[in-house]
Amino acid sequence: MNTSPRTDAVRALGLTKQYQAARAVDGISFSIPQGSITALLGGNGAGKTTTLGMLLGLILPTAGSVFLLGQDMSLDRHRVLHRINFQSPYVALPLSLTVRQNLRVFGKLYGVPRLGQRIEELAQELDLVDFLDRETGKISAGQKTRVALGKALINSPELLLLDEPTASLDPDTGDWIRTQLDSYRKARGATLLLASHNMLEVERLADDVIMMKSGRIVDRGAPAALIQKYGRETLEDVFLDVARGRGLAGASLAAEEKAETA
Amino acid sequence: MNGTVSSPSSVAPGSLGSDHSAARPRYRAFSLERVGAMVLRYVYVLRSSWPRLLELMYWPLLQLLTWGFLQQYLGQQSLHQQSSVPGGALADGALGMTGRVLLGSVLLWEVLVRGQLGFNMSFLEEMWSRNMANLLISPLSRLEFVLSMLSMSVLRVLVSIVPITVLAIFFFDYNLWSLGVGLGAFFVNLMMTGWALAILTSGLVLRNGMGAEGLVWSMMFVLMPLCCVFYPVNVLPPFLQHVAWALPPTYVFEGMRLLSTQHLFRWDLMLQAFAINVVLLSLAAVAFSKLVDSARRTGSLMSIGE
Repeated sequence: MNTSPRTDAVRALGLTKQYQAARAVDGISFSIPQGSITALLGGNGAGKTTTLGMLLGLILPTAGSVFLLGQDMSLDRHRVLHRINFQSPYVALPLSLTVRQNLRVFGKLYGVPRLGQRIEELAQELDLVDFLDRETGKISAGQKTRVALGKALINSPELLLLDEPTASLDPDTGDWIRTQLDSYRKARGATLLLASHNMLEVERLADDVIMMKSGRIVDRGAPAALIQKYGRETLEDVFLDVARGRGLAGASLAAEEKAETA
Repeated sequence: MNGTVSSPSSVAPGSLGSDHSAARPRYRAFSLERVGAMVLRYVYVLRSSWPRLLELMYWPLLQLLTWGFLQQYLGQQSLHQQSSVPGGALADGALGMTGRVLLGSVLLWEVLVRGQLGFNMSFLEEMWSRNMANLLISPLSRLEFVLSMLSMSVLRVLVSIVPITVLAIFFFDYNLWSLGVGLGAFFVNLMMTGWALAILTSGLVLRNGMGAEGLVWSMMFVLMPLCCVFYPVNVLPPFLQHVAWALPPTYVFEGMRLLSTQHLFRWDLMLQAFAINVVLLSLAAVAFSKLVDSARRTGSLMSIGE
């Protein structure tokens, strides 16, 4: 793993978040190389969203530090924010603005050059053309997700953070979004960090998976490597082993069961 | 899905960043374009809904009508006294003038309230639409965000108050603009006080969530009896007079009464109000910054609007 802040898109050191008696994130350290797709995987309360919040500067860490694209986020996060973006189903765009108006406002906030051209480009690629001048509140959930993705890509970010990017979407639209994200990463050489519960999504998109439980990183590796390590058939089984605290003991048990069945 | 639906699957994945990557955004510590973007965002909201535009004028109009008719009633009573009481000219002057001063007070009070709400409404738009996190992770700085809401406050006040002052001339023969240069000084001071309160209440909402929204609507009215909007400061008990003189609007309303009744414009009152306003705005800015930092510590920014 490369730990140089110059080459890592994300670098977290001893990141901790304490809420009164509860420790949401417990001294985690990790780095994410540029151009990769990494997934934060964990059950509810594992600390994924808090970790994303601390990376973005929305939550102040109790301890530890964050470097995004080489910039220390505790010192001057605004120096790097124009190179980053974020999408979450829990954050919305103003519903009374049209899709085009929303993209225009965020394009100006990010100082996007040739903004009109960029909006047309995104509208084509994300299939927003038919409802570009419709109020955002009057389009479907799937269309809203595509618009939110348009906002997240408006500044062609070098680092894109995504919180459950395909939550509440039908499988077709979800798959399409994943294809677009992968396509964007390849075209731009961008780094993607996503928090997700969707195992298929993680298996398909991520080069690397960080598994979290109770605010700690309990394992990390490529999806295939994790499946092999735990002796399971799918990432979902691995997730269940980790979430239920079976860990590698569960993997041994699974291997024994498999042998017995054979 | 609503309306016309095109299957996204029918669109082949393209290179979402390739053409554009050559022209990347650059870092700028302060950007008027970002302030303009936020102003544009709020103008879009206003333009999208005629009830919102109507709402801007609704309360000021109601206030004008209520107090305008009261002024007319007081004027009629003055005439009645003048005709029935020997030597009633003095009473006429006092009562008639009181009615006119009340109308001036109402209009200036509306400047104060609309100045605060003009800022707060823009802020609340972001809370209601769950857009705040999008803004906080964008390059928009706190200063730029605040400046955009100040700009919208001025715009909203002008849209809501200017037509009302024109109506006051036609319907009640009261010309607020006749206060001349004094009106400019009153306006600046009232807007500054409104902004100080708006910045503070916005910080409280950001820190404590929508449960604190009530403060936005009510806090100014707590100050109303102390600002001596409709009566002179010397009406208050002595200990409350000290409190009143700590509030800039008190100087404005006293100044307006002097200008209306004695044609005397007191610059010293306006300068004192301005000085207190500078202190209040500075304190509000510090409080806002601390409340945002506190919200970041408690993690409440992640759950805004939920």
